[in-house]
Amino acid sequence: MILALIVLALGTFAMKALGPVVAAGRELPPLAARLSILLPAALLAALVATQTVGGPDGLTIDARIVGVGAAGLAVALKAPFGVVVLVGAAVTAGIRAIGWG
Amino acid sequence: MGLAVGAYGLSFGVLAVASGMSPLVATLSSLFVLGGGSQFAFVGVLAAGGNPMTGAIGGLLLNVRYVAFGLAIAPHLPAGRLSRRARDAYLIVDESVGLGLAAPPGQVARRFRVIGATVAVTWIGATAIGAYGGQLLGDPEALGLDAAFPAGFLALLAPWLRDRPGQVAALVGTALALLLTPISPPGVPVLAAALGAVVALRVTPSVTSRAAPSPSPSSDPSMGCDPSAAGEAFLDDALQRSGDTGGARR
Repeated sequence: MILALIVLALGTFAMKALGPVVAAGRELPPLAARLSILLPAALLAALVATQTVGGPDGLTIDARIVGVGAAGLAVALKAPFGVVVLVGAAVTAGIRAIGWG
Repeated sequence: MGLAVGAYGLSFGVLAVASGMSPLVATLSSLFVLGGGSQFAFVGVLAAGGNPMTGAIGGLLLNVRYVAFGLAIAPHLPAGRLSRRARDAYLIVDESVGLGLAAPPGQVARRFRVIGATVAVTWIGATAIGAYGGQLLGDPEALGLDAAFPAGFLALLAPWLRDRPGQVAALVGTALALLLTPISPPGVPVLAAALGAVVALRVTPSVTSRAAPSPSPSSDPSMGCDPSAAGEAFLDDALQRSGDTGGARR
């Protein structure tokens, strides 16, 4: 885990440094710039999906899907980040407390 | 803005510890990575039982945008010693670049640095508080902490869902991830989902968003919603600029 974190830290810094340290005054080709900005959308959406219905043996439906649904509602209502996370956790915990998922 | 970053850092600290990271490592990761979404993704893969290196690669893919951000802010930073430029590079986050570039000409570098330093200090401090405090919490599943991750990712994703290319990237990414989840090791479906961004390259930014005025960072009601909201003006601008060029090429 530590090695992976070092890779993440060094890699992130290298990408940040490319502009200010190495290539000041240059621009990414437009297509590459656009791809770099769209990547988080694809990855974050995949993280939402896999962490909502992913389990050790493939896909499972449990209390998380209700919690994340509630969190989605909070996002739609423009709730702050901390509230969204709390809603997701609290609703999931509540569903589990009444004995499902 | 400090408040939003603080809440985000607090959640990260709590969840990092809940997924098996020590409070010290969680805090150090905030100091050395300084990239909220990628750290969140890394810890999310750990929590799901995935290989840490898969988490690191996913985090790096999330951070590829910092190359574009760095190139955008670089012309506004005065030439200086290597150490000073390296410090500026470290301060590149969504907020510092997004709000910095929105500053009047001549004040860009100063605002970039002030916001970058504020975000860094808040993020690292909040992580430490969340991580050391999070140790006191009980069973992560009973508390629903496993659902806190996707909830957080959803909040981070929100700014991208306002434009067509972002929606397509998200949709294709989701489909790929769900298809691959039953047949591949944890973490891999998320990496494969990156292809969703490639597919979305073919989609031109929608007319409605192009016509809509860029949200001003100080008055945008979603400001407190997530850390990337501040980078939105930049995001919109970059998406549209590259979309325009793509359109012209066709």
